[in-house]
Amino acid sequence: MSSEKTKASEEQMAYAKVLNFGMWLGLAVLIVTFFIYLSGVMPGFVKIDDLPKYWTMRVHDYNVALNAPTGWGWAALVGKGDYLNFVGIAMLSGLTILCYLVILPILIRKKDTAYAVIAVVEVLVLSLAASGLLKVGGH
Amino acid sequence: MTQRYALLLIVMIAIAGIMTGGIAVASSAPAAAVQGHGDSHASAPVVPEAPKSTTPWWVWPLALFIVTFILGILAVLGGVGGGVLFVPIVGGFFPFNIDFVRGAGLLVALAGALAAGPGLLKRNLASIRLALPVALIASSAAIVGAMIGLALKPNVVNTLLGTTILFIVAIMATAKKSDFPVVPKPDNLAQSLGIMGIYREESIGKDVEWTVHKTPMGLALFVVIGIMAGMFGLGAGWANVPVLNLLMGAPLKISVATSKFLLSITDTSAAWVYLNQGAVLPMIVVPSLVGIMLGSMIGVKILAKSKPKAIKWMVIGLLLFAGLRSLLKGLGIWN
Repeated sequence: MSSEKTKASEEQMAYAKVLNFGMWLGLAVLIVTFFIYLSGVMPGFVKIDDLPKYWTMRVHDYNVALNAPTGWGWAALVGKGDYLNFVGIAMLSGLTILCYLVILPILIRKKDTAYAVIAVVEVLVLSLAASGLLKVGGH
Repeated sequence: MTQRYALLLIVMIAIAGIMTGGIAVASSAPAAAVQGHGDSHASAPVVPEAPKSTTPWWVWPLALFIVTFILGILAVLGGVGGGVLFVPIVGGFFPFNIDFVRGAGLLVALAGALAAGPGLLKRNLASIRLALPVALIASSAAIVGAMIGLALKPNVVNTLLGTTILFIVAIMATAKKSDFPVVPKPDNLAQSLGIMGIYREESIGKDVEWTVHKTPMGLALFVVIGIMAGMFGLGAGWANVPVLNLLMGAPLKISVATSKFLLSITDTSAAWVYLNQGAVLPMIVVPSLVGIMLGSMIGVKILAKSKPKAIKWMVIGLLLFAGLRSLLKGLGIWN
């Protein structure tokens, strides 16, 4: 039995609500798009039969061999069965940013300055990771 | 009843072992042939030769689904995240390059955390006040870890991964847990951030007030945890929980729940790095994700009737084997 004082805070409940909805939506999109990919209705960027040739490669070599896109380049290829799956993956990966944006006004309204600043910085960090601006060297 | 479940589990593991073992043998030649491109780090465009694989493509996602389904059951019963089992086992026994395995491992851990998060937050077991400062540190570090991990050669990654997994085995085998650690006084940082809360502990029928201490040291450790999570594509529950519980003094339930929620933020940042580098193959990710989630659901049902200690040691044994496999693979002793 939960009393008033053991209840989750307003921002926590708001975060949970968006997380719950977004998670199921992202998962559903991911599964549907995967079956579209398997069915062959939308041919993949890489033929499914050829995949075993490539999945043993390092990602850098894979990208070079197939001239595969990096960063948000996949967005231009969502008409291909395999890259269509990236829509669901990006939804799941982007969900946390949305959750932070939802709780930010609540934190500001409550004058919880420290957590509002933390939320803003976290959004910036996650957006930087999502932006595709960070390049990996070493190859 | 418990014996029937245990027998069923052992049979499933045996089938998965035979499948992955057989597959590994069937594909070892082509895998090695193509892997050579990766290890050479050629800067010129690589045009792969078409290796003659004897295994049809569909065997892999099917085997992956079966193996991750079993891992999902074991993860719940053993009290670990799916990612920590997924990466060493799939990386060690499937022909996929470790880059793609780590990308999938992060998404598997991320999906599990996203699925658990809402319930834990609503029940006030996962604390947003504890998670947000920690997540900022860990997610920033995970980006650095992911970039380091993708820049390292596969043999170096496997060696470090194997060593890390063996370290995790040591932690799991020896670490103690404290249901209600004593926190005499919150430190200044915890006090100024208001990291505290009250939750209902149903097992004792009481409301439990909690706070934390040693916050600066805890945050410093989350730099290391974040880097390792990003570098190896592991969920980091194995490290989050001891730091939150034993060092910072959060009650065990709060630590476990907040750790799970925390993964949804930490793994997000690293997952984006892998996604943007193209280290995500839907044919590996989706069967793994669905397999581990279905397995987790079954695991929750078995949990009530299982013997946790026996399962814990089974998971430790599995991790020990997978860790040794990664280490020996990295050192070129067992390819």
